[in-house]
Amino acid sequence: MTAPTSALTRPRATGSALRRQTRRFAAVSGVTLFAIVLVSAFLMPLAYMTATAFKEHEQLADQNAPLFPARPATFEYEGEAYPIYAVPTEAGIREWALIEPHREDAIFIDPANPEAGPIEWVGRWRTLEQVRHVELTFENFASAWERIEFPRLFLNTIIIAGLSTFGAVVSAICVAYGFSRFRFPGRNGLFLVMLATIVLPFQVTLIPSYAVYLQLGWVGTWLPLIVPHFFSNAYNVFLLRQYFLTIPRELDEAAMIDGAGPLRILRSIIIPQAIPAIVAVALFHFFWAWNDYFLPLVYLQSEPDLQPLSVGLGRFTALYAGDPPTLQAAAILAMALPVIVFFLAQRAFMRGVVFVGVEK
Amino acid sequence: MTAISESGTPRAVAARPPSGRFSSLETREALTGLVFISPWIVGFVLFSALPMLASLVLSFTDFDPRAVDEIHFIGLDNYVQMLHDPILIQSLGVTVRFALLVVPTTLAFALGVALLVNSTLLAGRNVFRTLFYMPMQIPIVASTVIWIGVLNAGNGWLNQGLAVFGIQGPDWLNSTTWVHPALVLMGLWGIGNMMLIFLAGLQSVPTELYDAARVDGAGRWGTFRNVTLPLISPVLFYNLIIALIATFQYFTQAYVISNGRGDPARETLFFNLNLFREGFAFFHMGYASALAWLLFVIVLALTFVLFRTAGSWVYSGADR
Repeated sequence: MTAPTSALTRPRATGSALRRQTRRFAAVSGVTLFAIVLVSAFLMPLAYMTATAFKEHEQLADQNAPLFPARPATFEYEGEAYPIYAVPTEAGIREWALIEPHREDAIFIDPANPEAGPIEWVGRWRTLEQVRHVELTFENFASAWERIEFPRLFLNTIIIAGLSTFGAVVSAICVAYGFSRFRFPGRNGLFLVMLATIVLPFQVTLIPSYAVYLQLGWVGTWLPLIVPHFFSNAYNVFLLRQYFLTIPRELDEAAMIDGAGPLRILRSIIIPQAIPAIVAVALFHFFWAWNDYFLPLVYLQSEPDLQPLSVGLGRFTALYAGDPPTLQAAAILAMALPVIVFFLAQRAFMRGVVFVGVEK
Repeated sequence: MTAISESGTPRAVAARPPSGRFSSLETREALTGLVFISPWIVGFVLFSALPMLASLVLSFTDFDPRAVDEIHFIGLDNYVQMLHDPILIQSLGVTVRFALLVVPTTLAFALGVALLVNSTLLAGRNVFRTLFYMPMQIPIVASTVIWIGVLNAGNGWLNQGLAVFGIQGPDWLNSTTWVHPALVLMGLWGIGNMMLIFLAGLQSVPTELYDAARVDGAGRWGTFRNVTLPLISPVLFYNLIIALIATFQYFTQAYVISNGRGDPARETLFFNLNLFREGFAFFHMGYASALAWLLFVIVLALTFVLFRTAGSWVYSGADR
């Protein structure tokens, strides 16, 4: 960079810099506002889900009910509950309880001053707006929790996803280490074959595998969902290998001179250096296993007690199609853990995904 | 490649170690490497190669897992049956029509969002990136449940929103006309990975090129058309292939909204749902194996055709 041109041009430069800054500020505000509108529309279904999950069933049937969870306000008068309406009066709008509706007039009572007795009001009460209070109900969660047997499904999912993630990570580390650090005949060919399996649709191997698992007595157990992951997955290996290649070989060589064997190098050099990539692979796999629907459906169709959340929720959707609040509450329960994990691990995760993206 | 170093002299070929002492070291290295990759080799043989072969064999049989003893070779019957199977032809048609609708839409949306969250004019870019990515973490069944609610003809928010503008919304998921657009809307929730891959592509475009384009007087559209698009065409290509393959494996959403039946009027009987039904509802596993091979051939053919045409539109960097 060269020094600023001359002192003479400075004042004008400052003026235009200010203008530039204002323009930039306007552009930033515009783009950011647009992004806020877009992301709000994008995430609107989440608002729907939340609002519905906290609604009482009666509210869904009510045409005039608001979008948010609310309950009609009532006032108890002489042992009975009466709905409250917003009534226009000479003194402005009053919230009165309707105790005796007629066609062209109605009798109200003022909850703020019930001693004053019934008030006669002339007009059509049907045109009045009912007063509602925001009120969240938690009973949908309780009923979803019970009816889908949430604790059991949740535990099943944790075990399946946890064990298969463990297997996937350990095996991918080993295989990626083998591919990235050792020379052996046919290495490149094998690596290519492995990459090619990424394009292989899993359906092609599905039916014979199913037949074999059936013979082994594995259908209706968790084994088909867990065991294959201990034999590594091309995608995970690819990602880890790319990362391992960026770790300087000098580190291995130094350790080797100190007498470390390959396992030792893997444990004390490679793994600590590759933690971000390993975390990314683990999260990827965990989310995948948590969300998978097809394979658990195939292998656990007839075992409701062993099913993961995805299949349990799918079954529930068919049974409770007419009960949106309970369904939406169940959806919240099913998505809570992965979404929480995602927000906690978001930085590591995004880095991992972008890393894969760059390498492709 | 010629082995000429910068100084112009031939590069010294690495001296081969004298055999004997070193070759045993080499053997040991090779063996260690093979031991480390052995989980994959075993897994590949057990879970990919053998099942693939077996599924090819099964596709020429009438295999039913409930009657393993009564398995017959029926030659090409399964493949011939495909030609006359109206349900398969329906499922292929549904899948192709859906692909033509969903692939361009999601690619365009993902690219648009990537451009937005890559813009230096956007404040809080990381927050937006995370929010646009977030639905990826919602289990597909759960997100389908959410969308079933949003798209509900009566009290779903989409139709209530349309009603504000005086538009009577359709019964999305039960209308043969609207069920595909509804599934596309659902599909927009799954742009996360695509968006991040586009983002990585956008970030690898050298800023000098943008400066050069500005000096040449290119506008926003011109810069996008002539600089950004060609330079991100490799990631566009990658996303296109992944999206096409995903469409041919589309399953969960269709299964959940139609209770596994492919309704309305088989309009959501996607290829993979049909395969699942043949194999795991009707136990026509020989036929389902043939369908799986058809799927494999389709995916290979699509990939092959795309790679062949890629040369004409995918920019692969300056001639190397």
